[in-house]
Amino acid sequence: MERIDLTQMREGEEGIVVDIYGGHGLLRKLESLGLRVGVSAKKISAQFMRGPVTIRVGNTEVALGFGMARKVIVECKGVANE
Amino acid sequence: MNKILLMGNPNVGKSVVFSRLTGVHVIASNYPGTTVEFTKGYMRLGEEKFEIIDVPGTYTLEPTSRAEEVAMEMLTEAIKEEGDLVVNIVDATNLERNLNLTLQLLKKGIPVVVCLNLYDETKHTGIEIDVKRLEEILGIPVVPTCAITGEGIRRLISRLKDARANTYQYEEEERWHEIGRIVEKVQKVTHRHHTFLERLGDASIRPLTGVPIAVGIMYLTFKLIRFVGEGLIGYVFEPIFDLWANLMMKGSSLLGSSGFVHNILIGKLVDGEIDFVESMGLLTTGLFVPFAMVLPYVFAFYLVLSFLEDSGYLPRLGILIDNLMHKVGLHGLAIIPMLLGLGCNVPGALATRVLETRRERFIGATLMAIAVPCMAQIAMIVGLVGKAGARGLWLVFGTLFIVWIAIGILLNLILKGESPEIFVEIPPYRLPYFGALLKKLWMRTLGFLKEAVPYVLLGVLIVNILYALHIIEFIGKLAAPVVRGILGLPKEAVSALIIGFLRKDVAVGMLSPLGLSMNQLVVASVVLAMYFPCVATFAILVKELGVKDMLKSAVIMVASAILVGGILNSILK
Repeated sequence: MERIDLTQMREGEEGIVVDIYGGHGLLRKLESLGLRVGVSAKKISAQFMRGPVTIRVGNTEVALGFGMARKVIVECKGVANE
Repeated sequence: MNKILLMGNPNVGKSVVFSRLTGVHVIASNYPGTTVEFTKGYMRLGEEKFEIIDVPGTYTLEPTSRAEEVAMEMLTEAIKEEGDLVVNIVDATNLERNLNLTLQLLKKGIPVVVCLNLYDETKHTGIEIDVKRLEEILGIPVVPTCAITGEGIRRLISRLKDARANTYQYEEEERWHEIGRIVEKVQKVTHRHHTFLERLGDASIRPLTGVPIAVGIMYLTFKLIRFVGEGLIGYVFEPIFDLWANLMMKGSSLLGSSGFVHNILIGKLVDGEIDFVESMGLLTTGLFVPFAMVLPYVFAFYLVLSFLEDSGYLPRLGILIDNLMHKVGLHGLAIIPMLLGLGCNVPGALATRVLETRRERFIGATLMAIAVPCMAQIAMIVGLVGKAGARGLWLVFGTLFIVWIAIGILLNLILKGESPEIFVEIPPYRLPYFGALLKKLWMRTLGFLKEAVPYVLLGVLIVNILYALHIIEFIGKLAAPVVRGILGLPKEAVSALIIGFLRKDVAVGMLSPLGLSMNQLVVASVVLAMYFPCVATFAILVKELGVKDMLKSAVIMVASAILVGGILNSILK
């Protein structure tokens, strides 16, 4: 299993959030929409040219800016078989 | 009087529950952050009367935004009052995330009732919740509801008396684990098929499909506004004003067809007839402009915008254009105040509050005041400039669009700091609740009329007085170097610029009798849009930005208007 960030995930891929590189403020912000270490996140889309990334966490869809998305590290099964 | 606080995450139908409980309908939107201002109403429960407060949507009691700070303050007040209680509205399809707030509320020791809203949606999303079990675990009443149809609301009301301050015990660090344990016990998720709306939802945020969808929606929006607006004008308002004209002609001859009183009420006759745009009487132009020229388009615009809001499309649009918005120092969600500004700059200016930083609010408000003309002004420009063909309209709105981008890029370069990143929940597509939509449309249209009609009448009155006292001639001479020299307009055009402070639509109408060429009309329309906001918007901007920032913003407005007007004039000459 490879550790990648949200921007490196492919559309439709699913992974478990294992780490979030950020201060308390960012952690709290992400957590308020259900994005925290331990949850499963599925990538829905990404905009071109370092645009926002959209993921689904539980039953919630969340869009986050590219910089924020880079700080969220997930463990994906799918990447290994590429 | 005791209070009932309605608290919950954004997009859980809180405002719909509110309007169900109070009978007073309020604006209920689908995008996060719409209720930064709270609403309150009243409800009778037996002998007692309660004040119901629609608290701004909040994900957590550890505030991360201004709206959440407001929510926290309201809660703190209620905790101090004996007898106040909280109705915690929970999205049944998002139990885990919503319980986060519920547990935090319970820890505050205030009586709580959980309203498990959107319960009907759990069925087709394959979620099964054991409501009884949840009630036992939390130790407070849990009532499933579907606020849009009103199902469960009566039960919710009857159980308010059971509200209890439960002392549900958990360690703060363990909160998410605790939630996980609860959810495991009460919720079963079965396999489910994606609905059409979900597929559409995903398609509209993937760039390859989302951009064409956005273009299609914008095109449809534009077509629909034109269709509804023109239809209302052609089939409703023009026939009415044709009859009105006959009446006014009789009044005109009664008043002797001229004189000061005649000119103020009926206005100047053009070739012996009333011209509703040019006459400038209170009862002619003063009514025709707001009702027959502007209102139809404002109504049509709000109809479409309210639908887009309540359906949940706008945050998706925000994501698609996030990149472009970053170039001007904003992020994608700033499209929402801009769109509102297209209707009327006043609510647009208020909506800049959803932007996180002071820098963003300054850029957003300035850009809107300069380069986002309101629907009233657009309608008048379309009426006046559009008469001679589409070229003029392309020039006017194309120029404003370029100005919006150019000033935005400049401000982004000059101002210190950077724009924060977008972070937003994308609500599922929902078919708007028709009742709420109509109420919202009605409130907005009424709001426009309240805002517009008095100022239009005042504007028309002032025009008459200024002309009668020869003040406009005087100012015209003073301003001639700029107006004639730089902008290439006759000095009479200064009258429009003066009235533009009051109402932009009247101001555009005042260009009509001046016999301007197409190019002069284009220059005048662009300058009128840019040089300063109308007085109503100005008042809001002073409040939102503060006097100092407003002054800075005003300098940018005047300077850029003269610059752009001058350039346009020299290119088109």
